Amino acid sequence: MKKLLTGNEAIARGAYEAGVKYASAYPGTPSTEILENIALYKGDMLAEWAPNEKVALEAAIGGSIAGARTLAAMKHVGVNVAADPLFTFAYTGVNGGMLLITADEPGHHSSQNEQDNRNYAKFAKIAMLEPADSQESKDMVKTALEISEKYDTPVLLRMTTRVCHSKGIVECYDREEVGIKEYVKDIKKYMAIPAHAGHLRVRVEERLKKLEKFSNETELNFFEWNDTKIGIIASGVAFGYAKEVFGSTASYLKLGFTNPLPSDKIKEFASRVDKIYIIEENDPYIEEHLKILGIECHGKDIFPYTGEMTADVIRKSVFGETMPSIAYDETKVVGRPPTLCAGCPHRGFFYELGKKKDVMVSGDIGCYTLGFADPYNAMDLDICMGASISAGHGAQQVFNMRDGSGKRVVSVLGDSTFFHTGINSLLDVVYNGSNTVNVILDNRITGMTGHQENPGSGYTLQGRPTTIVDIEALAKACGVKHIRTIDPNNLKLVKETFDWALDLDEPSVIITRWPCVLKKFSKEDKEEFAGAFTEKCLIDDEKCIGCRKCIKTGCPALSFNKVTRKASINRIHCVGCEVCLQTCPVEAIAKEVK
Amino acid sequence: MTKSILLVGVGGQGTILASKLLTIGLMEAGYDVKMSEIHGMSQRGGSVSSQVRYGDKVESPVIEIGGADILVSFEKMEAVRWLKYLKPEGKAVVNDFEIESMPILNGKADYPEGIIEHLEEKANATIVDAVSKAEELGNAKVMNVILLGSLVKSMGLDEIDWERIIRENVKERFIDINIKAIKVGMVLVK
Repeated sequence: MKKLLTGNEAIARGAYEAGVKYASAYPGTPSTEILENIALYKGDMLAEWAPNEKVALEAAIGGSIAGARTLAAMKHVGVNVAADPLFTFAYTGVNGGMLLITADEPGHHSSQNEQDNRNYAKFAKIAMLEPADSQESKDMVKTALEISEKYDTPVLLRMTTRVCHSKGIVECYDREEVGIKEYVKDIKKYMAIPAHAGHLRVRVEERLKKLEKFSNETELNFFEWNDTKIGIIASGVAFGYAKEVFGSTASYLKLGFTNPLPSDKIKEFASRVDKIYIIEENDPYIEEHLKILGIECHGKDIFPYTGEMTADVIRKSVFGETMPSIAYDETKVVGRPPTLCAGCPHRGFFYELGKKKDVMVSGDIGCYTLGFADPYNAMDLDICMGASISAGHGAQQVFNMRDGSGKRVVSVLGDSTFFHTGINSLLDVVYNGSNTVNVILDNRITGMTGHQENPGSGYTLQGRPTTIVDIEALAKACGVKHIRTIDPNNLKLVKETFDWALDLDEPSVIITRWPCVLKKFSKEDKEEFAGAFTEKCLIDDEKCIGCRKCIKTGCPALSFNKVTRKASINRIHCVGCEVCLQTCPVEAIAKEVK
Repeated sequence: MTKSILLVGVGGQGTILASKLLTIGLMEAGYDVKMSEIHGMSQRGGSVSSQVRYGDKVESPVIEIGGADILVSFEKMEAVRWLKYLKPEGKAVVNDFEIESMPILNGKADYPEGIIEHLEEKANATIVDAVSKAEELGNAKVMNVILLGSLVKSMGLDEIDWERIIRENVKERFIDINIKAIKVGMVLVK
């Protein structure tokens, strides 16, 4: 049966067909839909959101040791979080086959960096596969699990944004049940202690030799012979881009199994073509291997280090120009940056925070990162998931060393990010006693990645009602003495709460509790937030004095007419959060009477 | 020969449903199809694009600069933003509709004037008023399927049974209005 699937949907289909029993992940663009689609095969596979990527990988490792085929999926930076278990599981090996799926972001469309996770496979000495499209994504899940079991290794499956989010036609089959292998206690294999690490370490090197032999033999690495004046070596979606440009005017060595690289096949290819181009995204991973082998080739000497290696980029690098295109007047285009939605519960909070003088705002990863931008300008730094509270703590300790510096740090992160890696950071704040203000923007869901459940939302990935973590009680248990939970749409309350927290010499926690405007309300939400987002605000033209105070809330439902000098509210977008209403000095904004 | 369709607009305008219906129709008509979208932060009111490519064998899911046979823009300023991706001899179908972005809403910039004239001067552009047509049908949101109708007509894909594809892929209560919408779209272009 043929289906049109994204790479992420194809991974889920591949997991289903290959008899995977258990999958765990933390959401992150562009990987999120992998688990969302695995979750649809209820009854055949158990799919879970873990609080972070390290936990997800560890859960998948446990499942593998217990005997099932398992996988963990995450965005590229998630593998940094999960690196600790990865490097040691690489030593112990598997029982049931185990895949770690990394979704890299050449071009960092939705990420803070552009790291090339192929380096992780080499670093951890494990097998790696790189699908180029949806069909390969599905097929490679099964092949990778077989490799995992045969060679006793976790396997890294390296996706990229365009493979994850592009659709292609995929031939689908039925599920093959592989069952759950027997679990036999084997401490020499699974107890990674110094006494066992020695033989495990040797085994890893022996395994790499066997995998290299496989790499040279497997059809995952294949030749496509055409004219031999130009030879292209490519992996992943870059293979499609290369074919788009060179078609049948060049020969290809397409690499699908990329750790260890197939040295013999590469040498054979090099001996039969005149000139080699390495077309790969991100680091010169394949190129450096050719250089070690002493093979002359063109790579980063002509292709850019950064961004996607799309057909136009290849054309420009090799031939000096892109296809003919239409020149246009750039003054006819104004930027369209992403904005906080109308009704976003972060708006009132950042509107007030942006007014605070002499504070450093330590930010984090989520929709609320947009608090850095106009008109709020209410964020100083943003490093990685969970870093707001800990980086904020370190900054506060240093500010406090300076005599007379009254600079205070406000650390800001979302509910899901707090569960991810913010809790341990809060422990640091309390344990080491800095007086930071720690704000948890609890919008009752994991927002930016498209509304995934989390330990605070009350439901699991597959829809089972579950225990809701109590953030206030959790902060209290960490030792925080000063905690307030507030409605972030109430500007007066937000301001008062800041003043209260900044007056304290001890750490505090502020929880802003209001749901994401795009959230599909649960039964509990409907009770707690009854009536939310059901009303509209409007502006009385007669009363509006054109002061633009409301515009400074940055709401996309508000606009200012330069001719009439009046503000107005777009009725379609407004959900009646009342943030703008509170900023109006002449009470020109009111709730619409129903 | 691979054909390339670029659909662009603003997050929330329904480009995703339009490109979904398009790709299903193309697959069922026997073409190899690849489609690419960028998700994530750009959804929050940002500029969005869907790239659809079809033919006997499609290698790359991404349209290169100067590579699109047709540019369908759900918002007129977005048509200019993406114009360099259109082949000089390609077609543009542009919805005569403005969505002000944040710099315009907060008064830091003005919505550019003369966009339609600029597009008509630079490209083989057909301007359609999908919003009014959608409102006539009773739901402004179906402008996405009206534009899909204009697109398939422009690309000579109107022989595909779009009515059945809508019937099989759209929520029951929206089927009739979407069938009307695609037909309206087809007559807006030559």
